[in-house]
Amino acid sequence: MPSTELSSKDDVIIVKLANGYNLGISLVNAYVEVVKENYINVGSSEGEGATTFVGGQGDRLISIVSTGGTIVSRVEYETGAVRPALTAENLIDLVPELKEMGSIEVVDLYRILSENMTPKHWTSISKAVYEKIVGGADAVIVAHGTDTLPYTSSALAFALRNLPLPIVLVGSQRSSDRPSSDSALNLLASVIVALNAPFGEVVVAMHGSISDNYVLVNRGVKVRKVHSSRRDAFQSVNDIPLAKVIFPDKKLIVINSRYLGRCRVEDLILMPNFEERVAIIKAYPGLSPEIIDFLVDKGFKGIVLEGTGLGHVNEAVIPSIKRAVEVGVVVVMATQTIFGRVNMNVYTTGRKLLMTGVLPASDMLVETAYVKLSWLLANFNDLTEVKNLFMKNLVYEINEVHEDYIYPRWYHGDKL
Amino acid sequence: MEINYSEVGLQVGLEIHQQLDTSSKLFCRCPTKLFEGSEEDVAKVERYLRIARSETGEVDPAALYEYMKRRKIIYLVPKGHVCNVELDEEPPQELNKEALSIALGISMGFKSKIVDEVYVMRKIVVDGSNTTGFQRTAIIALGGELLDEEGAIRIQTICLEEDAARKVRDLSSSVVYNLDRLGIPLIEISTAPDMRSPEQVLRVASRIGLMLRLTGRVRRGLGTIRQDINVSIKGGAKIEIKGIQNLEIVDKVVRYEVMRQLNLLKIMNEAIMRGVKDEDIGSISDVTDVFKNCRSRLILSNLKEGNKVYACVLRRFKGLLNFEVQPGRRFGTELADYAREWGGITGIIHTDELPGYGIGVEEVRELYRVLNADGGEDVVVIVVGPEDKCVRAMSAVVGRVKEALRGVPKETRVVNDDGTTRYMRPQPGAARMYPETDIPPVRIDEGVIKEALKYVPRDPTAVYEELVSKYSLSPELSKQLLRSPHIIQFYDLLKEFSGSEITPQYIASLLTVQLKGLKSEGVPIENIGIEVLREILALVRDGRISKDGVIEVLREYALDPKKPIDDLIRKYVRRDLEETTKLIVNIVESNRDELIRKRDKAFNIVMGLAMKELRGRVDGKVVADLVRKVLNELLGSTPA
Repeated sequence: MPSTELSSKDDVIIVKLANGYNLGISLVNAYVEVVKENYINVGSSEGEGATTFVGGQGDRLISIVSTGGTIVSRVEYETGAVRPALTAENLIDLVPELKEMGSIEVVDLYRILSENMTPKHWTSISKAVYEKIVGGADAVIVAHGTDTLPYTSSALAFALRNLPLPIVLVGSQRSSDRPSSDSALNLLASVIVALNAPFGEVVVAMHGSISDNYVLVNRGVKVRKVHSSRRDAFQSVNDIPLAKVIFPDKKLIVINSRYLGRCRVEDLILMPNFEERVAIIKAYPGLSPEIIDFLVDKGFKGIVLEGTGLGHVNEAVIPSIKRAVEVGVVVVMATQTIFGRVNMNVYTTGRKLLMTGVLPASDMLVETAYVKLSWLLANFNDLTEVKNLFMKNLVYEINEVHEDYIYPRWYHGDKL
Repeated sequence: MEINYSEVGLQVGLEIHQQLDTSSKLFCRCPTKLFEGSEEDVAKVERYLRIARSETGEVDPAALYEYMKRRKIIYLVPKGHVCNVELDEEPPQELNKEALSIALGISMGFKSKIVDEVYVMRKIVVDGSNTTGFQRTAIIALGGELLDEEGAIRIQTICLEEDAARKVRDLSSSVVYNLDRLGIPLIEISTAPDMRSPEQVLRVASRIGLMLRLTGRVRRGLGTIRQDINVSIKGGAKIEIKGIQNLEIVDKVVRYEVMRQLNLLKIMNEAIMRGVKDEDIGSISDVTDVFKNCRSRLILSNLKEGNKVYACVLRRFKGLLNFEVQPGRRFGTELADYAREWGGITGIIHTDELPGYGIGVEEVRELYRVLNADGGEDVVVIVVGPEDKCVRAMSAVVGRVKEALRGVPKETRVVNDDGTTRYMRPQPGAARMYPETDIPPVRIDEGVIKEALKYVPRDPTAVYEELVSKYSLSPELSKQLLRSPHIIQFYDLLKEFSGSEITPQYIASLLTVQLKGLKSEGVPIENIGIEVLREILALVRDGRISKDGVIEVLREYALDPKKPIDDLIRKYVRRDLEETTKLIVNIVESNRDELIRKRDKAFNIVMGLAMKELRGRVDGKVVADLVRKVLNELLGSTPA
């Protein structure tokens, strides 16, 4: 067996027994005889960029852009190697019901873990999706790793405007080789949403609870991964989900009346560029102004402050922020509390920051504010326009009304 | 039926699963105790398991796939016993080192060779008993042996694995599991198929069980040890039998399985003699019309719901479905198992048992007529229910009957309470095993080995000899103690109370005969833990209660474990000699006339009255001596 990064020392060989078990045997004082040599190609990048196709019922075409991540990864039982590739055939093998909904086309665009995504990747994913839409696909789905999924969903939401159909991003929290994987249900729901939903928005479809009873359709600019491992980690923040798909009935229920409807294909706009020199700085007790100075000196064009509470940083940092704004860096303020809205009029520090020219991000998530700023800086030359557009609601990334029920509830000693 | 087991070529292998007594589970820090609280502390989670078609191993993939797709799994999640790890909502934490040490200690006791690095694997299990769809398991040692009077039994592998969830209900469309048991560390000891007689299987299973108990670190009580056996005979098949929780019936299970295989071979020979071929096993037809005016309540209620009756002719099979294969189980029962497992219907009806069930001679005749079957030679099997279920059930029955023409089909079976078995599922092909990539391999270094040495069980034969020679227990009591779950408690208590009036014999009899006595009265002795025994024996040592009081206190404690022991013993606190004498003198004084009149029975009368007051507080012998003394003074001399 190939040794893995997990093996503790070099002096152990892994042996696979006939019953399928692996075990490690020390080579110290061991007699080893090579009976036969055999090589297995592990983790090859063969076939990357390829498009595969499986015909199904009806005349609808379902396009799936695969970018990598848990949802397309499978452990090979012979070697234990992770294969992060997706073909249409694999997909049908996993979710045979998809064939009943149409023909399946899979574009193996990337095989990367989502922590390695960069704004450049957002650009090419936007372009790939654009091509699929204008190419006539009836449904477009993007399979993506979960860690940075909300960044990509925000990016697509700004880059692809006047959508004629929903773009559904889907991931999974349990890899597809597990019988308990959430990927099959999430994928099924994605196709149902992509084909049938009335909205023309970028959405994220993931489990809504830890049961297999419904999948949530969250607005791409309002969704956050709020748990490191649960399958219901993706939840809408400062908004409610657009819809849910109930299982086993496969029924789509729209639960939010505030959404962008489907547009005509001719009106679709692609603005796929993103500025890479934008940074997120989290405020914390003791945050040093040098960090801001460093970014400014390095030529960064935008800074997203992840402030405390209503949108604050310690006063010692304010002079550096002032300097940043003066040299033309766009500085915006979101909150690290996750829930709630920034309001910089309540306390002195907030007012001082407003006076230096820091822009409040309203109730935008830090991630969304970051992507939005990056997109604005890459697509608009006029700083005033960038600033105006940042504070303007473009794709429902800002929700002006927070009703009480949209805030989650925790366990407070009541009945389970 | 007397069976010569060496002539039939019996071979039996054992697979023993024993829960380890650790403070937390194998891959998370939840407790290893089962939930006993109320329903309001239980949440529910509903799941479906799926498996990619290419990953199903050698089991008929389509069938398995369909089966899984329609089955809802409901998990009960009791508060305080289950975390995100069991729910498959968080990756497993590091392998429990305590469990590993105990399991390695046990492996050493079997002279099994310990691996240098432990790799946890995922074994695909699709029945829902694991939330992940796989069981985490690791080989920790290979080889080894166990001595038996009929020769050495080879150990093949020793694994450390997580226990599965506890099945609560099993319905055709859903199954309910409690997650409290999921993740409790289990050791699995697999022997080679080296056992040749039912008695030997019982002996070996007992010896392995005893060795496990001798570590002092295995859990006790129902369900904490489970054995699977595989049984084969010449011309038969290797049959896996799962879920034997009661060790004492393991020999019976073997006997019944041999009986079953021999009987299936008889059925095969009879069918061959009658010239039955595959094509004599008919196709499935709708015979609902035959039963339109039928008086059977089962059929009528089904027809009312729009269900149908389906039939299949088994040509030249007449009488064979009534052939008994195990006590109380006929060949027809075996077919019904298949109908139930594959079709989710309650069972089958066949003409070997008709007329009956409200189905009259007329309908049977009509059934044979429409199916063009011979009433003197053929059997007709019918099933009732919704079309899809009936078709699945009947296809499974037809498949099983065809197997009967070839002998004993390979099956996984599950044991019934009486030692017979029923069909559970087809035998899985080579299990799909994947590396558990979430858990780093564990190197077995000197530190781990040193820790494991603490748990190496002693040789049972040496323990027996020690009980007899060093502690002077009778051979019978020694054997009883070794068979009981309490051998470790014996040593614990012995150490604590050596040198006091509490003798090894007393402890041994308390832990065996006396506790068994309480149990047979229906007292819940599982409430009596080692701590309670220790506390009560300490009271005896300190002279606060008498030995006679111990079992009374234990009874009351077991019936109400919440009561403080101080309250329980109040009734049994030892009276000093002076008090006792005073009490006896009082009894004698107040019954003076009667005692003189019934001189011959005086001792018994006084003893009876005195013990009513003193039982458990003063030893009977002491009371008797005092009674004699006081009566002597009154009567001059005492008879008896």
